[in-house]
Order: sequence, then structure tokens, then C-alpha cells
Amino acid sequence: MERVLMKGNEIIGEAAIRSGCKLFFGYPITPSTEVIEYLSANFPRAGGTVLQAEDEIGAINMCYGASCTGARVMTASSSPGISLKQEGISYSAAVELPMVIVNVNRCGPGLGGLGPAQSDYFQSTKGGGHGDYRVITLAPSTAQELYDFTMQAFDLADKHRNPVLILSDGFLGQTMEPVVLKERPKAPEYDKSWIVNGSKGREKRILASYSLTNEIGEKNNLYWEKKYNGIQETEQQWEEFYAEDAEYLLVSYGTTGRICKSTVLNARKKGIKLGLIRPITLWPFPDKAFIPYKDKVKGMVTVELNTGQMIEDVKLAVECKMPVHLYRRQGGMLPTENEILNYVEDKFGLSKEGEA
Amino acid sequence: MEKVFARSKGLTDVPFSFCPGCTHGIIMRLIAEVLEELDIIEDTIGISPVGCAGFSQDFFSCDFIGAAHGRAQAVGIGAKRALPDKIVFTYQGDGDIAAIGTQHAIHAAARGEKITSIMVNNAIFGMTGGQMAPTSLEGMKTVTSPYGKDVSTTGYPIDMPTLVANLPGAVYVASVSVDSPKNIAQAKKAIKKAFKVQQAGLGFSLVSLLSTCPTNWNMSPSDSLKWLRENMMPVYKMGELKVTEEVESL
Amino acid sequence: MMDKVIIAGFGGQGVMFLGKVLAYAGMGSDLDLLWIPSYGPEMRGGTANCSVILSDEEINSPVIDYSDAAIVLNKPAYDKFAPRVKPGGVLIVNSSLAKLEDVRDDITIVQIPATEMANELGNTSIANMVCLGALLPSLNLVDYEKVEKTMDKLTKKRPQLLEVNLTAINKGISFVNE
Repeated sequence: MERVLMKGNEIIGEAAIRSGCKLFFGYPITPSTEVIEYLSANFPRAGGTVLQAEDEIGAINMCYGASCTGARVMTASSSPGISLKQEGISYSAAVELPMVIVNVNRCGPGLGGLGPAQSDYFQSTKGGGHGDYRVITLAPSTAQELYDFTMQAFDLADKHRNPVLILSDGFLGQTMEPVVLKERPKAPEYDKSWIVNGSKGREKRILASYSLTNEIGEKNNLYWEKKYNGIQETEQQWEEFYAEDAEYLLVSYGTTGRICKSTVLNARKKGIKLGLIRPITLWPFPDKAFIPYKDKVKGMVTVELNTGQMIEDVKLAVECKMPVHLYRRQGGMLPTENEILNYVEDKFGLSKEGEA
Repeated sequence: MEKVFARSKGLTDVPFSFCPGCTHGIIMRLIAEVLEELDIIEDTIGISPVGCAGFSQDFFSCDFIGAAHGRAQAVGIGAKRALPDKIVFTYQGDGDIAAIGTQHAIHAAARGEKITSIMVNNAIFGMTGGQMAPTSLEGMKTVTSPYGKDVSTTGYPIDMPTLVANLPGAVYVASVSVDSPKNIAQAKKAIKKAFKVQQAGLGFSLVSLLSTCPTNWNMSPSDSLKWLRENMMPVYKMGELKVTEEVESL
Repeated sequence: MMDKVIIAGFGGQGVMFLGKVLAYAGMGSDLDLLWIPSYGPEMRGGTANCSVILSDEEINSPVIDYSDAAIVLNKPAYDKFAPRVKPGGVLIVNSSLAKLEDVRDDITIVQIPATEMANELGNTSIANMVCLGALLPSLNLVDYEKVEKTMDKLTKKRPQLLEVNLTAINKGISFVNE
């Protein structure tokens, strides 16, 4: 299998092509632009359609229309652009449309800056737009995961008839790292009996989301709720790193997730039993990962690039049975492995006993 | 007895739910007849908007996608790009296409998207109860312009077809009315031409139809038709506003 | 084993390309590696920098707080990144564009008149390659042979640049060895 060096954003584009994606609708915004640039150069000869839309709203609604026909479709943007797409994502969730949405998270609020951030965690995992819906959210932390998770995202979207979000960040998007271009695992056949493609030989179909009465509205909400509960039960993914015997755990995803691995290795060298839980699905949040640890670990630190968003889900997952602290950098800054370790030692009074 | 008139196969048997005197029903019938005559009912995907025009999804017998307010053309473009051999049309009110969704109309025309847009212009927001629209006329009283529309602060009526006709990708643009049997016949011709343009893959086609809203205009159906003729037709440029040579030779 | 290298200079001095040469040399040797550009407003003029991490084991943290080596192609880059080299590390300074005072004595500083040397070779834009040559003997995981192989691929579209780039690198190596 081919091992190549590519920018994170380009990897997403290549993985989409190899996932059988047929259409891409987008709008340029730093630091996600290389996705549409890469696809503009490489998608047409693979039989794909790339359309640079008039705006983000147009792009997401084009995804909506294309998905209604059963085609694999993707869009990519960065934080402010993803905000603009939220109405369309809400409609897509309501009509249960499979699509892949990439958010190369930059810092905010407002125009913000172009540096990496995890400030869109709430937006990604709690619905994001209006109404009570959920979007499956995958958080890659390496080039290889950008590739693998993009492929997985298309299958999850089809499997659950739901939008899937890939939450990357400016750092992962711009960095070049080797990636193995694995062949696509054979995707199972998905039910497409719901699509709209002309009514030849069948009854007409309508794909829409209006609830004419409150009774219909509640029935719809109950239906979606059941589906989301099922996804929460079956699709949680996470990685554990030196967690088994850990006295303290870091919890972190994406770019900071991989920084934390270095922190754990440094801590272990100093005799501190530190481990890491790295959520891969942010929704559904992997609360199952915490079950073996919530009665035995002395404390946890979430490491985030925001004011503390995932920490709320961690506290719920451990039922507040132990102190959960936050170490964060913001505005496009990344923490170093040592900064994080200093914080852990300080918070849990480990500096003295740690010095071997 | 000889059957002289029947419901078009392009319509379902769901009864229209529009207010008395509303001309949506006439316009939908015309489209349905065109779909039937061109034998494309089973190859067509309609896109319904938000607003009174949104009910269209239940009345046409072809496949339908319900779009968010203003997004019908973007949704239609997504479907058409995915299935270039199908016929895709949007059925939109003036609020949908000339207020919240203007950018999609302009860019659909600029790119020459091979879809057909039907715009139903009654100069008001009907579904939400008669608010001012960008298409409302100067001095027109609505619930959000109770003292009459003051164009100096709320803007002049937007003539969407004229605007769109200026763009090279729009190959057929017509502005018609359904206020009289003669005009209804003309309107049908325009609609048919717009669909033929799409069948031939020539570019973007738009048909705007002046329509009434007796309920929110606070007029009888017959007074509404009169008001349309006397007030709307002088403001909005009527007729075939853009017919390219290729369309001419269809 | 790891090499963490920071490269900085003006936009247009070939900072990103220098980083890519190191990165692709690492690819050719099946190393794990990262090529990290500064992106955003900085790339629209002014200073440019990128960093490269090469490793013979998996790279976890991509964040360099202190680098093993740095190449600075001008004075602002020197001011910004000289303090970021770890004690015992190596700093290559393009002395044509950076006159130094009060230099650190806990790192090895190589002051090389790279722009002048590049001009002598008839191409001012290869000062970056002269500096790369000056750094190569200090790296653990990449050497001249690996760079030579990579350069072949990187200049495929403009083969006239292959020879001149390799010459520049060799000049840099000789400068250090002398």
C-alpha cells in the first residue's frame, strides 16, 4: 500500500474520492481551503463533481439535495462557515440524510483567528443548529486517522442515515504527515429505498421535515430520539493509552490528544502513573470508556483548546466521583507536553513524590 | 357523456388547501399539465419551499424534496448535479426567491444551472399572515407596513425576472400572469418552454407568475384580479424577458 | 531518535521548500515525520517559518517547545528563534543577512554567508540550500545521500534546479567541514 506525504486537508479529499463520494459542494475558508482545492484538481478525473457554491448556505443545501438522491456527498469548511451551515445541517438531520461535513476548527468567537482550536465542541456534539438533533462527530488526531475516519464517516452516515461531522483543526489540516492510502474496506449494502430519483415504477416520495401537528411533531421527536439512543449504544469509540494502571487520567482528543500521549510517556519516566483516554467519537461521547476507572482513578484533567467544553461530558461520565480539572490553551495556541505535565503535578501535588 | 376536463396526471387527488380565490391552484395545474404533456412526471423531482408554495409537495404527483426557506434552488442544484438526466424544478413564492433566497437565484442563473424555477409573486408573505415582501408595491398596506410601504426606508419592489434575465446563464426568463384565460394560456406556454429548455440542457430557466392573495390583500377574489392588473402589471415588466437563440429554435 | 528542526526567514527565501526537502528525505527513509508550516496571515508576507520533526519511532506531540536545530535566514528570524534552540543544539545563521551580537554560548552557532555564497553560484534564491548543507552534518536521521535522492524527485518538474541545489548543499557542507 502506498505511503505518501500529504497535508491533512488533502488527505480528507483523497479519502473522500476513495470512499465513493460523488459530489462536493463548498466555499473557500482558511484553514480548510485545501480540501476544495485538492478536490477541484483531482475529483473530476475520478468522475466526481466539485461545485464552489455562492456561499456556505448554498453549499450545505446542495449537499442536502444531492443526498436526497442517494449520492455520497461531502462539504468542508471552518468554524464561521460551519455556523452558516447549521440550518442546513438541522434540516439534513431531520430528513435523515447521510452526508459528511468537515469542520477544520479555527479559533473564535467571531472572525477569530486561523490557529487550531476545539472551540466548536459544543456546536459539534450538542446539535449545533435549531431543534433537538445530533450529528455523529469523529475527532481524528493524526494524518492516518484523517484518512481512515473520512472513510468511516461515509459508512456511518449511510448506516444511520445521519450527517457525520469530522472535527479536525487548523493544525491537522495544514500539517504534512505520512499516510498509508489503504484500500477502502468493502462497504455493506445500505438501504436506499427512501431516496428521491424520479417515481418511475413506484409511488411518489417526499423528503421533507414539516410536522403539521404537535402530535406528529412529538412522534417525530420520539423517532429521532430512539435512533440517537441506538447510536449512543453502539457507536462509541475511544483509545486508551497507559490507562489500565493509571492513578490519574488525561482526557483529550484531536491534536491535544496526541500531545497528551507525550505527556503520559514523560510522566511515566518520572514514575507518575498517568494515562490517557482519547475520545474518537465526540458524539456519541464515549462514556463507556470511563466505567472501569470512575471508582479507582484519583483525578482527571481534560486538555482542551477552549474554555472547557468536553469537561462537562467527562464530569457526567464519571458522575463527579473525583476531581476533574481543565488545562486549556486558546486563541490558536497549542500546549506543550511539559506544560500539561506541570499542571497535572501541580493540581495533584505530585512534584515531590514524582522526582525519582 | 364526453369528458371535457379532467385532473392532470401531474397532480395527486389531494384537494388543494389554498384560500378561496388564490391563484396557486391554477399555476400548479398548469405545471402539472406541462409535466404530463411532456411525459416527464416520473422523471421529475420538484423542490418545495417554505410558505404557501410549500404545499406543492403534496399536490404534484412527482417526487418532491422539501427545502428550507429560500434554499429551494440550492437543493435543486444538488439534486440535478447528482442526477443530470432528471428534470428538477423549484416552486417558490416571492418571499422565498426574492427575499431570503435571492443569492441562490442570482447564482443559479449566473452558473446557468440546468434547473427550472417557478416563482409565484403575490407581493406579500402569505403563509405568515400578510407581511411586506421585497416585491410589495409602493404604498401597499401590509401588517408590517400598516401605513403603506414607504420605499424610501423599506426599498423598491424587486423585479426578480428582470434581474435574472441580465445574467448570461439564464437562457429563458418570462414574466406572466394568471389573471385572465388569455394570460393563463400564455403562462402555460411559458412554463412549457421553460421545461423544454431544461430537457434540452440549455441553461437556467425562470418563469415568474403574478398571483393574488385575496386573504391577505383583504379583497374579494375578483377585486384581487383587478388589483393585480391595475397595480402589479405596470410595475413588473411582463412578457418573455429573455429568449436566447437556442431557445428560440426549440 | 529524533530531529526537531525549525526553519525561518522572509517569505520568498524558500523556507517551506527547505522544510519539504528534509521531510521528503525522511519519507525516503521510512521515518515518521511531520512538516508543520506556519499558516495564516504570516504566509501573506513578512516572516515565514516551518518546522520538521523526523523520528525513527512514532511521533506523538507535534509541538516543538525547544528544537534540536534551527536555520534562520535573516535577523528577525534569528531574534525570534535563537532562544528556542535547546542547550547543546545547533543554530545555522545566514550571516549575510544577520549580524549577531551577544550570541548564546550554550549552543553551536554556525554563521555562514549563505546569500553571498549563493550569489557566487549565480542564484541568490539557493541560500536556503547552502544553509541546509551547513546543517546536514549535525542531523541524526537525514544525511546528504538521502537529500540527494529526494532532490531528484522534488525538482522533477524543473530538472535544471537539481544540479544547482545539490551544488549549494555541498558548498554548505564544505563550509562547516572546513
